[in-house]
Amino acid sequence: MALVEELQVIAPSKLAVEHVSKEFRTGRGAVKALDDVSLSISEGEFVCLVGPSGCGKSTLLNIIAGLEQPDSGQVLADGKRISEPGRDRMVMFQEPALFPWLDVTGNVLFGLNLKPNLTRAERREVARFYINLVGLERFATSNIHELSGGMKQRVALARALAPNPRVLLMDEPFAALDALTREQLYGDIQEIWAARKKTIIFVTHNVREAACLGNRVVLFSPHPGRIREEFKINLDRPRDINSVELAEYSTEITRALKGYVNLEVAE
Amino acid sequence: MNGILVTLRRFVTCVAFFAALVWLWHSLVRRGTWSAILLPDPSAVWIYLVGAVKDGTLLQAAAVTMRRLLIGYGIGIALGIPLGLLTARFRIFSDTIGVLALGLQTLPSVCWVPLTLLWFGQTESAMLFVVVMGSLWSMVIATDNGVRNVPPIFSRAARTMGAKPIYTLIFVMLPASLPFIVSGMKQGWAFAWRSLMAAEIYVTILTGFGLGQLLDNGRALSAMDQVIGIMIVIIVIGLLADKILFSPWERFLHHRWGTGRA
Repeated sequence: MALVEELQVIAPSKLAVEHVSKEFRTGRGAVKALDDVSLSISEGEFVCLVGPSGCGKSTLLNIIAGLEQPDSGQVLADGKRISEPGRDRMVMFQEPALFPWLDVTGNVLFGLNLKPNLTRAERREVARFYINLVGLERFATSNIHELSGGMKQRVALARALAPNPRVLLMDEPFAALDALTREQLYGDIQEIWAARKKTIIFVTHNVREAACLGNRVVLFSPHPGRIREEFKINLDRPRDINSVELAEYSTEITRALKGYVNLEVAE
Repeated sequence: MNGILVTLRRFVTCVAFFAALVWLWHSLVRRGTWSAILLPDPSAVWIYLVGAVKDGTLLQAAAVTMRRLLIGYGIGIALGIPLGLLTARFRIFSDTIGVLALGLQTLPSVCWVPLTLLWFGQTESAMLFVVVMGSLWSMVIATDNGVRNVPPIFSRAARTMGAKPIYTLIFVMLPASLPFIVSGMKQGWAFAWRSLMAAEIYVTILTGFGLGQLLDNGRALSAMDQVIGIMIVIIVIGLLADKILFSPWERFLHHRWGTGRA
């Protein structure tokens, strides 16, 4: 029975970012990565954070992940304050960060092995389920170095999904992939999001990617990192990155983004 | 099918090469280039080896030497890996044990023999100590190096999956350092093996008669068939150790990491 429970679609989390500020000390003084940022994300929402590098979007993701602590303010997940990493929030990085000493199944099992109350057989069954979900059933025993970049990110996705988190945090996961592979993954991630009902926060500097994936696109500007504007993307899914309607959204967002970057230069 | 043929061909090439070497050796002795006392015929060495195996001296000496080596090497690895983890993770250890390891690694461990004879006498403990000193510091440095070269993203990824520091150290940092640790193991083995041979030739150990002593005995008796016979045994043990101790690890590394065979 435990296995059936484990594979159930569970309720996604609601997140509340409340007045979060974070400063980094560098050789040339302090850099304000986040300045009084507030954002609320509803259950099962797909939110994309967009902005030029240095705008603090990755820092915010790390704080939500619990990898970093804010200087002030707080982040609540379903009303509970986040202070450390937790299995309810899994992260996908720009690099796949897969462990080369384990095969595909071993990598997907890593997070599951840390989850209590499962037998060995159940863990393997769960791992197999997610490996199939990302379409890698034929590569379950492959070594990491034998996989292409896109396949590696699929393994990383399976690894992040395997502990059945309520939130998926994705930090430019497709940035290093070629365009064709990326387009395929846009389709897959939308499908998986619909099937597994996760709250997803997706960081990118690719406006078109953000418009394709997000219910909402949140625009950041740097120095100090602040939220400038939000865009609701009212398009049916699955969305095609090459569609004209999507291009209109991305043109609008890009124009706004350029405005903030120019403003920055003028200041 | 093809694979078996290739293996067979490589094997035949190898055997033919060594047969040619023995033949060359034999014909040099036959021509009388050197006196048979300085360089005995291969057959004399063979006769010595067969005799020494039959009366048990060779196997006994090999067993004594291997026991010293394997126990000392085992201790070296068992202490070296945790110490290397500590020096890599904590500055206090890296500023103390780390510097000590770096210094002592440059000291050929046979230099410890005079002191250990005073401390332990002509005993197994003295030999063990020399072997441990030979392998330990290489292991510390290799493990330290390995851990420092692990991409930071690995431990971040492990943290997000709920791994605590100790778990990360054992299940992420340690396996991620494996390529470095295996090359440290090889280096440690080489140092330990050389030091032990030097020590055995250099001093008589009362508690057991090893290969080095057997070799030195041959020198004392001017029995070059014995000296060369023992040298060959030492070479064979070295080759076997490489195949048995390290090849499996290297095959695993090659398979998983996709790196070239060392």
